Amino acid sequence: MGLSKVCKNAEQALTGIKSGMILMSGGFGLCGIAENCIDALEQMDIKDLTVISNNIGNSGRGLVKILIQKKIKRAICSYVGGNPDLEKQIFAKEVEVELSPQGTFAERIRAGGMGIRAFFTPTGHGTLVAEGKEVREFDKPCIMETALTADFAIIKAQKGDHYGNLWFKETARNFSPLMAMAAKTTVVEVEELLPIGSLPPEDIHLPGIFVQKIFQGANYKNDIEFLILSKEAK
Amino acid sequence: MSWTKEQMALEVISYFKDGQSINLGIGMPTVVAELLPPTLEVMVHSENGVLGVSGRPSQETLSPTLINAGKETISIRPGASFFDSALSFGMIRGGHIDHSVLGGMEVDCQRNLANWMIPGQKITGMGGAMDLVNGSKNVIIMMTHQNKKGESKLVGQCVLPLTGANVVDLVVTDLGIFRPNGKRFIIEKLAPGVEMKNLGNEALFSGTK
Repeated sequence: MGLSKVCKNAEQALTGIKSGMILMSGGFGLCGIAENCIDALEQMDIKDLTVISNNIGNSGRGLVKILIQKKIKRAICSYVGGNPDLEKQIFAKEVEVELSPQGTFAERIRAGGMGIRAFFTPTGHGTLVAEGKEVREFDKPCIMETALTADFAIIKAQKGDHYGNLWFKETARNFSPLMAMAAKTTVVEVEELLPIGSLPPEDIHLPGIFVQKIFQGANYKNDIEFLILSKEAK
Repeated sequence: MSWTKEQMALEVISYFKDGQSINLGIGMPTVVAELLPPTLEVMVHSENGVLGVSGRPSQETLSPTLINAGKETISIRPGASFFDSALSFGMIRGGHIDHSVLGGMEVDCQRNLANWMIPGQKITGMGGAMDLVNGSKNVIIMMTHQNKKGESKLVGQCVLPLTGANVVDLVVTDLGIFRPNGKRFIIEKLAPGVEMKNLGNEALFSGTK
């Protein structure tokens, strides 16, 4: 044991998730989502989750799997386009949605992990997003936004060591390191699980202090939503 | 009579300078990315966490984890970098992006933009648009001049929920280029053959500077 946080699989790593909890889920669209964890949630008997995720899945995939099982009561996200299942549930009032501008959304999560309770931003001033929020005049009017935290975060990294130090590939990083910082229990699945000391310290994107459980994932689909090649390639 | 999407994109590109950083929104602004001349040295930012976007991948460089904000596959140029979403929006909100090009549903002469929802009909969410319009040094809206009903999208006051208040610097449509100044749209340029009477809401427009 010692510093190792290694679990056998998603099912074991997600022990402790209960109905009514707040769950953060990494990924931008389908890029960088925790595929194994989402599949495990699909099998679990839980409901009334509050899910914090930029898109709540997309194109019928990712978190949409548990959305259509009606396991999500409330969602906090920035973008619904490309997710017709979510749009349908919003209009049918089956899920309550809080839309947060993407930069504000990211910063609220970062703040949650960093111990900052709230901050002022010009983003959203003069729009529906500002309704009911404190406004203060700095160089321009800004609205107060509050931090987001969670009971669990499920994220995926390309490489991770047994302590939970992580390395993300290309644009798959997005919200994942922020969510790892903001959740009480962060569960990470990786394509390559490595012994402690394998990752050069300078190359670690997220130090393992923010990670509670890590496991070797399997059967990755890594779906592409819109495949467009260069003209020469066609 | 009016510009094509490609001609509109070239008009937008004429505002870019060597060395600048540029964010291109989803929808019509993606045409700008396709037409950026190789001689123009700019860093294209995509808010999902990459600076240095460069066209489309080949079969060999194609990667499911290399995408833009529209979830489309991309490639990167030398000097590119990857980062998390908080840092990405720090670049935007912190004023480090020179130009942001976004689509629009309505723009008014008070420099307001609406582009994220139609109440009761359509919710797309604002994504990064509210941050982009508040943080970028220059906000360019690229959109068709008229909506599907044939009404002008350049109006005296936006009716749809706003994306940002007092944020738009320039509007490029298929009919011309307009700069809202708080009271009117100042005409910077008109497409060949377009006259004031074609613009709709004629009283909102003032002739060339």
